[in-house]
Formats: sequence, structure tokens, C-alpha cells
Amino acid sequence: MANEYKLELRGVSKSFPGVKALDNVQLAVRPGTVHALMGENGAGKSTLMKCLFGIYKMDAGEVLIDGQKVIINNPDEAMKMGIAMVHQELQPVPARSVGENMYLGRFPVWKFGPFQIINHKKMYEDTEKWLNEVDMHFDARAQLSTLSIGQMQSVEIAKAVSHDAKVIIFDEPTSSLSDNEVETLFKIMENLRKRGVAMIYISHKMDEIKRIADDVTVMRDGTYIGTWPAKDLTIDDIIAKMVGRELTNIYPAKDRTPGEVVMEVKDLSSIHERSFQNVSFNLRKGEILGFGGLVGAQRTELMEGLFGIRNLSKGEVIIHGKKVVIKNPKDAMNAGIGMITEDRRARGIFGCLSIKDNVGVSVYNKFLKAGFILDHAKINKVVDESINKLRIKTPSSKEHIANLSGGNQQKVIVSRWLANDPDILIMDEPTRGIDVGAKHEIYEIMTDLAKQGKAIIMISSEMAELLGMSDRVVVMCNGKKTGEIDTEDEMTQEKVMSYATMF
Amino acid sequence: MEKTKQQKMRDFLINNGVIIVMFILVIYTGVTNKNFLTTGNFTNILMNMSSRLVIALGIAGCVITAGCDLSAGRMIGFAACIAGTLLQKVDYSGKFFPGMKPLNIFVVLLIVLAITGLFGAITGFFIAYLHVPPFIATLAMMEIVYGLALIYTNATPLGGYVTQYTDIASGKFLGVSHLIWIAIIVAAITWFIFNMTRHGKYMYAIGGNPQAAEVAGVPVKLTMILIYMKAAMMYGLAGFMLGAKAGGASVNLGYGYEMEAIAACTIGGVSVTGGRGKVSSAIIGVAVFELLKAALQYLGVNANAQYIAIGIVIFVAISLDIRKYVAKK
Repeated sequence: MANEYKLELRGVSKSFPGVKALDNVQLAVRPGTVHALMGENGAGKSTLMKCLFGIYKMDAGEVLIDGQKVIINNPDEAMKMGIAMVHQELQPVPARSVGENMYLGRFPVWKFGPFQIINHKKMYEDTEKWLNEVDMHFDARAQLSTLSIGQMQSVEIAKAVSHDAKVIIFDEPTSSLSDNEVETLFKIMENLRKRGVAMIYISHKMDEIKRIADDVTVMRDGTYIGTWPAKDLTIDDIIAKMVGRELTNIYPAKDRTPGEVVMEVKDLSSIHERSFQNVSFNLRKGEILGFGGLVGAQRTELMEGLFGIRNLSKGEVIIHGKKVVIKNPKDAMNAGIGMITEDRRARGIFGCLSIKDNVGVSVYNKFLKAGFILDHAKINKVVDESINKLRIKTPSSKEHIANLSGGNQQKVIVSRWLANDPDILIMDEPTRGIDVGAKHEIYEIMTDLAKQGKAIIMISSEMAELLGMSDRVVVMCNGKKTGEIDTEDEMTQEKVMSYATMF
Repeated sequence: MEKTKQQKMRDFLINNGVIIVMFILVIYTGVTNKNFLTTGNFTNILMNMSSRLVIALGIAGCVITAGCDLSAGRMIGFAACIAGTLLQKVDYSGKFFPGMKPLNIFVVLLIVLAITGLFGAITGFFIAYLHVPPFIATLAMMEIVYGLALIYTNATPLGGYVTQYTDIASGKFLGVSHLIWIAIIVAAITWFIFNMTRHGKYMYAIGGNPQAAEVAGVPVKLTMILIYMKAAMMYGLAGFMLGAKAGGASVNLGYGYEMEAIAACTIGGVSVTGGRGKVSSAIIGVAVFELLKAALQYLGVNANAQYIAIGIVIFVAISLDIRKYVAKK
């Protein structure tokens, strides 16, 4: 009898110094199905996948493919056994072309005896073929760094598909995709299902799981909780199993009344024609203003322009009735604006520095003795206070931020800005890559801040979050503001989507 | 999970490998050669260390921001020549500025610091505002400074210094050479800057993640200029010290010292990928270097072969050091 499972992991354990990351975990994936692997961040999903790929060496446990025991020592061997991964954190070579990234490590070649010369023509033709396969139409010779994050991800997916892999792991593939791109991905996955590919799907987005998954395996704190057919579980069931507790309401109540206008933005335009153009909006005290739109709508760019990171061709910013000129982040901070960036690892945290230094970096000007000596006692006090207040899970403020989970890292960044006490806080995808429990905490922090009278701008690509958190929503498309939703009744998914697609 | 005794021992050995090997080498040299473990010899080693430490502390700032400074060696030579020309005895026969009275030694030091500081600031400007990679910018400045030194001195070696100048090396305060005092003071000031000022914290932040530093409101450009300016002033001071010690100078003084300083920093634990490094790292690195050189000399190792030994130490030290940061499988 043919083996029921394409891929099996049995009794996998893995310890890191001080932590037991995986304890006797199992996973069995049937061919031609999508198997959702669920769990909060830190539950051990990524560690399990890294063990499968030989990136980590497992302390105990075995891998079976088609019922045969195999040993995988590195990602290259995994690939040869037909296992491919679409990474959660993209690992491309941005300075090279799309084609080179697709065929990195397996370039098509002309052979001349022992010599090999790369066949560029074939490489680019094949790349275009695979891109077409995943319904993406862009130049295979384009430099990867010129693509959006969503497009880069498509390249990764096309790459996995091109491997003709029998097992494909999707590690949070949709976290940076627009809704259209998600649809495209699901179409491809349907296709793969028909071809009998076994897929492991890691995502925090429940609605996606309900749509696409056949089976669900839940992990919690490095242990295996169980496997169920997806149709037998409700979203609430899954969440309950993941967190080990019932989550009643994930978004805090919007019981606040926004006050007077604190910031007016008029006709803000980028120096690049294809970026944001003529965007105007108002921000009021004590409100959360959501910014919705598809990936590539230039919301992040707009905020970076406002914060002085990008150059403006025209536009006016009026804060508390006074016109301000913002040429760099320092000016923005002096004008009372704080900014939490979308890409936490690249532009938020200082990985090799302590929590204390990560919080302190923006506020050293406030903690000086004799005008130039850092007052470490006061800084420690502020940092310890925020660790307590925001419930940052860490042994001490001296811990390196790189050792914290995504949710706790985000809280450290929030602490940095709170220590700075801005009137206006821009939060770009504040809960990206953060687990359900920590998300809820971030939402509560945001609501508290709004109640204290801070004005918050939140960019969010998660529809539920956008609608659940915002008092008002501005929708952008292709660099332009296409709509503004001011009343709770009109705040619907359909309305946002219709504005977001007004090309 | 508790670490076993064995694991702890292993970690200790890896983390302190270079220092342990150094101790063994020093003890071995001391046992086999009774002139090695003497006060005189150690004073000598400390004297050599003093100027090297000043250079290493300057370059440490550049390395912590994931840069480097190739111009250090030529700056040292230029600084020593400027100081030399202004501090010759009136009656010295080969005097550079015949008939000129030697200036006040502190005035000369200020002149040297101002000139090197200016050149350092120019390098920093190119790095910060025009985004020239530090490797290239400092390479360019290295050439420029060398050329200026050649033109200025006409490649003539200098000598015949006033005693106030040479006293900086030969004179003592509380039984300790002025050179060593200068190094101690510079180390203390550097520690203060690295740990107790905004500038120091900004330096670590830029080294750790320059993009995040910008978003966090760190004055990245100004900080970078200050780092290279401060570093160049320290090379200037080191050149001034070396001139005093040698009692003379030529344009080639200090040549290659920049590489030894970068190596010393990394041996001591300043990460070339940026964001990590302390004053103690530079001190340890320089000590390892100078002790190694002295020990090899006492052991009668061929002077040419010493280069090979130093190269091997760099390989081993950095390989061990990197292990601390590379994620374990």
C-alpha cells in the first residue's frame, strides 16, 4: 500500500542553551493537501521547519519521506529531496536580477568538458516561464531590489514551484502580500494540490486557514497539541488551542472621543512621480487614524515623507496650528512626531544592543547631567518602568533585544517612542509578525495611548485590524488618497476595498 | 537548563582563548629567558603600547561603526613631521626652519591636533554626506596626507628636538613615563565618551543598524564626522608621542600602524561588523600585540618570521571571537 503520508516528522526535540525549543513534536502531511501549522510566535513552528531543513540539527527525532527514513543535513539536501520553502523572512540577493535569484546555486550552464559557462538566455527564459506560471508578469532581468516586498515574495514562490518540489513549506507567505496577490497564491496552491504536492502552511491569519487548509496541527510552547481536520474546527477553536485560553474580544472597545485637530497635512507629494502625490488629511487628538490600501499603495512612503526620511516636492504640514518644516527625523521628533517602522529588523531594532540602549537611543537628549553626561540612573528607571508597564518579557534591561520575541521587540520600540513622549505616533504595520497574544497587548497599548490624548496613525494591511482599531480610515491607491471613511457604519471591508482598487 | 561544568569551561576557554595563550607565552618566555620578566622590560613594553593604544582607541570608533581608517599611519607620520619641524633646537645644524625659535610644546600639540582633526573631518564629510565607503575614503585621505607630508618636509628626516619635547618620552611623573600617563588619560577620556555621552551611544547605534539609527533620530552624519575627526586627532597625538620617543621623525613614521591597530581592536573584541567593542577591547588587543612581539624577540624568533606569527594570531583570535556571535547550529 502506498504510504499515507508524504512527509512525517516524529518525536522531534531541540534545545538551545537555556530553552527547550521543541519537545517531542510530530507532524504528518498527506500528499495533495494543505497542512496548516499553527501556534503563537515562539511556539516552535519555525524551529521545527529549520530542523526539517537541516538548518538546525535536531537533538532527537526522525524525518520520513514516503515512509522512508531520511537524514537531511542542510537546505541543499532538502531541496534535492524535493522539499522547498518560501521563507518568512526573505533571503534574496537584492543587488542581482530576478533570474539570478531564481537560479542561484543551480544556474543553467553550457558545458565545455570540465568548464561551465552560465547560459543567461535559458536562465531568463525559464525564469519568465515560472513567473508566468505563478501569474506574475515582470522582467526577469530586473534587479530584485527594484521590486516591492510582495513581488519579491512571488519570486520566492515561483522559485519553490520551479523546483518541482513534492513538499512546499509556506512560512507566513501572505504577511506582505496584497489581497490580490493572496488570491493568486491560493490559485497556485490549488494547482499544486491537484499535482499531489504536500504543503505546510504557516500563517497567523485565521480566515486564510479556514479557506485553504485541509488539516491543522497546533503547537504551543514547543510542544505538540494535536492535529485535526480543518473543517472540524472554528477559528475560535484554533485560537483557543493555540493560546490555551479563550480569547473573547481581540480588539479593545473604541470608547474614546477624538478631540481637536493636531495635524493638518496638505498636498504632500514625493519627488518621485510614481510615489505619493497630493495627499491631504487631518489627524485629531486622541484618535487612531487607519491607513488602508494594497501593498504598493505608497502608504509607508507617505509616512516616511512626513517623518523626513524621504524628500518632498511640495506639501505643507501644520501641527498645532503652526506650519512646520521637516527635513529629517530629528525635525519630525522636535515637532512631536514618533514613528514605528514597518520592517522591525531592518529599520527598528539595534540587534546587537541591549533593551536599554534600544530605548535610550532616541531620548538621550532628555537624560543629561551637566548638559553632556548621560544620566544612567534616570535612563535605567525609565526603561525599567516601561518594561513593567508594557509587560516586556525579559530577564533584565541589559538583555540583547535580538533575544526577544517579535512581540516583545515591538514593545521595546514602542517604549522608545513613549520615552520620547510624542503627540503624534505613526505606527506602520504595528503587529506584523507578532503572535495573537502579543497583538492583543499592542492593541491595548494603542487604545490606552489614544485615551491619553495621543494621535495615532496606523498603517495596516490586515483588514480586520484596520476596521477593528481605527476611528477613521484613509484609503490610498497607487500613491493617491482615494477615500476617507469617517463613520463607523461605513467602515466595511467592501468600502475599503473599493477605494483601495480605484486605480 | 543549567550548563554543565564542562560546557562552562569550554566557553571560558573560547571566550578568553587569546589571552590564555598570551599568558602561557609570557610565562614560557619568562622561564626560558630571565631578562624578560623584568621591570625594565615591562616598562619598555608599556612605553611601546602607549602610542599604539592611542591609535587603536581612535580607530576603534571607526571599526565600531563598521568602518575602518587606512589613513591612520600616514596621519601619524605627518603629525610627527609637523611637530618635529616646530620643535627643533635653535642651534641644530640641519634645522628645517633655520633661525626659528622652537614654539611652546602645547601650542605645537594644538597645531598638530587641529591639522589632523581637520583632515579627519574632511574624510568624515565624504563618508557621511557623500556616502563614500570608509575603506575608500580613508584610502584617498591616506594618499593625500602622505603627499602633503612629502611636500612639506621634502622627505628630509628631522631631528635635534628641544629637550621639553623629548622629555615627554623620557620624563616621568610618579615614576611612570609621561607617555604612559598620556595613554591612560586618553583611555579614560575615550571610555567616558563611549559610555557616558550621547556621541558614544549614537556610535554604537549607527554601528548596530544605521537605518534604524536614522529613524530613531540619531544625528548620523554629524556623528560620523565626529568619529573620523576624533580618530584623526588621536593619530595626531600618537604621532606627536612617537616623535618624542624616537627623538626624530620622517614621513614614513607610522607606516602600517593602521593595520596593526585594526588587528589589535579585532583581537580584543571590537566587531568589524559593527556595534560591538569597548575600550578594554582595544587595551587587550594592543597588549596582546606588543607582548607577542616582545616575547618572540626574546625567544630569538627571526624578525621576518614574526610577521607570520602575528598573522596566525589574527586568524586564530578572530575565528574564536566570531564564534561568540555566529548562531550555533
